[in-house]
Amino acid sequence: MLSYAIRRLLIAIPTLFIVITVAFFMMRIAPGGPFDQERALPPEIEKNIKAAYDLDKPLIAQYGIYIGKLLQGDFGPSIKIRDFSVAELIMAGAPASMQLGLSAIALALVFGIGFGTYAALRQNSAVDFAVMGIAMIGIAIPNFVMAPLLSLVFGLYLAILPTAGWGDGEIQYKILPIIALALPQIAYIARLTRGSMVEVLHSNYIRTARAKGLREKLVVNRHAIKGALLPVISYLGPATAAVMTGSVVIESIFGVPGIGTYFIKAALNRDYPLVMGVVIVYAVMIILLNFLVDMVYGLLDPKLKSP
Amino acid sequence: MMNKSEKTALLQSASAAKEIEGRSLWRDARIRLFRNKAAVGSMIILGIITLLAIIAPLLSPYAYDQIDWGYIQEGPNWENGHIFGTDGNGRDLFIRVLYGARVSLAVGLLATAVSLIIGVTYGAIAGYFGGKIDSIMMRFVDVLYSLPFMFFVIMLMVVFGRNIFLIFVALGAVEWLTMARIVRGQTLSLRRREFIEAAHATGVSNFKIIFRHVIPNVLGPVIVYMTLTIPQVILTESFLSFLGLGVQEPLTSWGVLISEGAKVIEASTWMLIYPAVFLALTLFCFNFIGDGLRDALDPKDR
Repeated sequence: MLSYAIRRLLIAIPTLFIVITVAFFMMRIAPGGPFDQERALPPEIEKNIKAAYDLDKPLIAQYGIYIGKLLQGDFGPSIKIRDFSVAELIMAGAPASMQLGLSAIALALVFGIGFGTYAALRQNSAVDFAVMGIAMIGIAIPNFVMAPLLSLVFGLYLAILPTAGWGDGEIQYKILPIIALALPQIAYIARLTRGSMVEVLHSNYIRTARAKGLREKLVVNRHAIKGALLPVISYLGPATAAVMTGSVVIESIFGVPGIGTYFIKAALNRDYPLVMGVVIVYAVMIILLNFLVDMVYGLLDPKLKSP
Repeated sequence: MMNKSEKTALLQSASAAKEIEGRSLWRDARIRLFRNKAAVGSMIILGIITLLAIIAPLLSPYAYDQIDWGYIQEGPNWENGHIFGTDGNGRDLFIRVLYGARVSLAVGLLATAVSLIIGVTYGAIAGYFGGKIDSIMMRFVDVLYSLPFMFFVIMLMVVFGRNIFLIFVALGAVEWLTMARIVRGQTLSLRRREFIEAAHATGVSNFKIIFRHVIPNVLGPVIVYMTLTIPQVILTESFLSFLGLGVQEPLTSWGVLISEGAKVIEASTWMLIYPAVFLALTLFCFNFIGDGLRDALDPKDR
């Protein structure tokens, strides 16, 4: 187990390095630069500005400088949002994004596993078909359609929640974005749980548990759920990635001041350091979560345990 | 061909009492698939949407980029022929939704084809050769798996401009990973089978074994996963278009239309509803067909 953990960590480092390198060069070979404007700057001034951001040096040198600073924890300054460093911007946006993302995942796990188990225990009944039908709708309606609809219904027609905005981060501003982010994941996890639960309930060790006279509740809660949750746990990695990508859209629809909003703006404005910073933060989180998921999986799956 | 085999199937089922007749895996699967009502219904709906998309110009008196100055952003109206209403530029929404269907379906199919070619070849090679080659190739897939891919696709779009062919390639390049894993797993279990060894012993080259013997035998799971990749790709394309990074005006896709509709949702709900319904319906159908195919080809779960 320990050697597995170490091996996984050793892969994570070059992965992160690849992300940084690819992102860096992709941004730089793009046509257009951060200082393109309607009215061109006088050449001397442009030269000075470029020198200040090291943009006048050869690409490889810029890369070296960037990596060097990064290793010291310096993401550099934002080019477009004056007087702010990338680290400051990310720190400002991270709380909102993290709250949305984590709540959405928690919600997805609770409801997804709940609905999935409920449907599996009543396999092929009307309830089962209803739950799975709704889950299918949840998968088929993308969150960027769901978000404006939720905002229309709850914000405008029922007028019980704000249509958009963040206020001072009060709870009523967070409800709709969290739901919009969580719905597709709830649907997916419910389908996943139902599928694996049905399979587990037909397996031999469950038959044994039933044969020795355990109550159905115990059979499900103590024996079946552990096996049935394995696919859900391994889906957590992709789920996190999906929630993060989704939050880019959800944040801009609901006007949430998170990192996702920065990313789109920065990419369109060619604010190189800010784009890099956001990509690195997301990559670290995804890699870290994948690592944790693999560890939990290793602990739960008896097939992976070393003798 | 189809007709003939169906006829023979009928004949044979009529005379089934006489002798027990062997059915091939594929025929068996087809029978099971056509018994699945949700899958058949989905195929019919998808067929209709595809047909509408193909014959789109014949269905409306308006062209997809034609501006009707008399009706700017007006609701659905059967009398003036704008049955889905018009958008903010006075263009007919019905014809634009159908042109969006063309783009979305084309992206879905082509990007899936790209992912299919890369994923199947990669997975089959890794699984067939096994050992060191396999572990290096699959480690590479693991690394790619943990990358925040959407961010790269977004950057790619920003960097190289909005180009529809780039969308095919970028999405295909993102979606091949799971396909490679599936094919590799299947190939691993195939490569020690007798017919592969026989081919090997008679001197067939590795390349030929992979394409003639291995790949045809992994088609089942590949087809199932392919059906589930198409909606994934369509969804991703809509996502990019929604962010303003997909196809360009005056061309359109469902994502673009949804994004335009979402902006004016309070005043003109129809501009969001129609493209959203078409998108959701399509994703719905592909998922049902995928599920149906899985049940049909892999009956152990029923």
